[in-house]
Parts: sequence; structure tokens; C-alpha cells
Amino acid sequence: MIDAKDRQLLEHIQLGLPLCARPYLEIGLLCDMPETEVIERLTRLKQQGLIKRMGVIVKHRQLGYRANAMIVWNVPDNLIKQLGGHISRFSFVTLCYQRPRHPEWPYNLYCMIHGKNKATALNQLEQLVDACGLSGFDKEILFSNRCFKQRGAIYQKSTLALADG
Amino acid sequence: MLTTLHKQLLNDYQHDFPLSARPYQDIADALGVTEAEVLSAFTELNDNNFISRIGPVIPPNHIGVSALVAMSVPEQNLQAIADIISAYPEVNHNYEREHRLNLWFVVIASDAGHLHAVIDAIEQETSYKAMLLPMLDDFFIDLGFKLDLTND
Repeated sequence: MIDAKDRQLLEHIQLGLPLCARPYLEIGLLCDMPETEVIERLTRLKQQGLIKRMGVIVKHRQLGYRANAMIVWNVPDNLIKQLGGHISRFSFVTLCYQRPRHPEWPYNLYCMIHGKNKATALNQLEQLVDACGLSGFDKEILFSNRCFKQRGAIYQKSTLALADG
Repeated sequence: MLTTLHKQLLNDYQHDFPLSARPYQDIADALGVTEAEVLSAFTELNDNNFISRIGPVIPPNHIGVSALVAMSVPEQNLQAIADIISAYPEVNHNYEREHRLNLWFVVIASDAGHLHAVIDAIEQETSYKAMLLPMLDDFFIDLGFKLDLTND
């Protein structure tokens, strides 16, 4: 579980690890915590899956991955876990979620493909459809165009304070 | 131009970044370079906007709640409406997509009440209807993204 000190630590580290010799010491100074405790807490949060990964967050667009496709499917609810699990195993897939259907939006399975261009992304989608047996299900492909805002999930101070519930 | 070191840092340290007192030194040892070289290479990647940060990825809905939101906005109003929405601190991604539903953004809030208050405020301010799509299940195991950094 996440306690108040974990939240305080995440609040400071989510903006990025400083580029200096002892970055965890620097983070510790911001939240009044010894370096060893910073490292111990982060290690535990990672083991518990409350940190999904710790590392470099790349900017796909700037690195030449210009085509970002969100693909949405309408699949039977009883197959969604199996299909979602299968889709997630492809290296070009960067997200895979279940979301609720809507009266005017019948889709429940979402995945994201980052490709260097539209043609590669569509090619990868075709591979995915074949390998996972998705051809019988209704889908739509939504390519991104302008990016108005992109940043990591910033959990607001109030968010962190209130997350205790 | 990306050097070999840049490419290694981009591809090999998206997950399992060292949790040790001298993480950049540990990376340097693993790659056979100096800590100073690692630090300056990361600084260059940062300055060139190739990375957004080094840090933790926190799974959605473990701290607070989040939802994807879709809107249909006439093209001539899109930039103005997008700017209004981006100004909310609770919004962290905001994209145009090629579809009738052409504006897609993610809202992160402290709890369900806060989330709905933000959506209501956005609907009021923009006068467009928002379709709320919270996450029900996450199938993805985030191991980072294998970048092909060869020139093409």
C-alpha cells in the first residue's frame, strides 16, 4: 500500500530524476528523507507494482515515430481478457485497455500502436488482427494529428493528499 | 545526431533504471563510459526533447482516478477549444484524432467526485458534450518501447 511518505516521494520524483551524481539524495532533500529511504521506498513500490516501470520516458514523435493509431474494437465481454492479453504481447503495442461501451460508441477494447508512418502502423495492425483472430469484430482506427498537450501523469498535490480516501 | 551512447540510453533504460546511490555511474560501468559522459548524453536527450524525463510510470487508478474523454468539435473551433481544455491542470494528454470524435484528452483527478466536477466544468466552459471513457481493465505490461533508431 501507499502511505503518506510514499505519496510525498512520488510527488517529487514524478517531475523527473535530477541529472546529477546522487539524484536520489537530491530527491530526498526535497522531501526530508535520507537517500537510503528514497531508494528503499522506490524499490518496494516497484516490487508491489505501484510503480509500473522506472526509467527513461521517450518522446515517440521526436524520435521519428510520427504515426500514432488508437484502434478500438467491439469484442464480446467474455473474450476481452484473452484478446487483451494477446494484443499486449506485440512489441509495437504501447497500451491496451478495456473501457465501457457508450450508446453512440459500441467499442470496449482499446489499443495503441506507434509506427514510423501510417503505412507501417497499418501493417502492424494487420499482423495483430491476423495473429489474434480479430478480423470478425467491428473496429475503428483513429490516427492522431495535432498534439495539444502531452506530459506525464501529474498527480496534483490535492490528488496525492486525497488518495487516502 | 544520435550517438551510440544516446541510443543505448534510450533503449536500454526505459525500465529497470538503477535504484542505487550512483545510478548514472552504474549505467556508465555497464556501458564502459564515464559517469560524466552518461550525464551529458542524458542532458542532450533532454535538451533536444527526445525524452520527457527519467522517472516512475504509475499505473492508472492507483493514485486518484483517470478517464479518457472524447469530444466532437467543429474544425474551425478545435484549437480554441483544445486550448481551454489544456489549461486545466487535471488534463495531461490532449490530442486531435482523425475522426468525427476529433478531440481526445485524459483527465486525472483525486476521486470520482473531482473527476466529474472537472468534466462538468469543461462541458460548461466549452459548451461541447464530453464522452467519458474510464479504464476498466489494463492488459498492458509496460516494459518500455523498443525503438528502431536506424536512419530511414
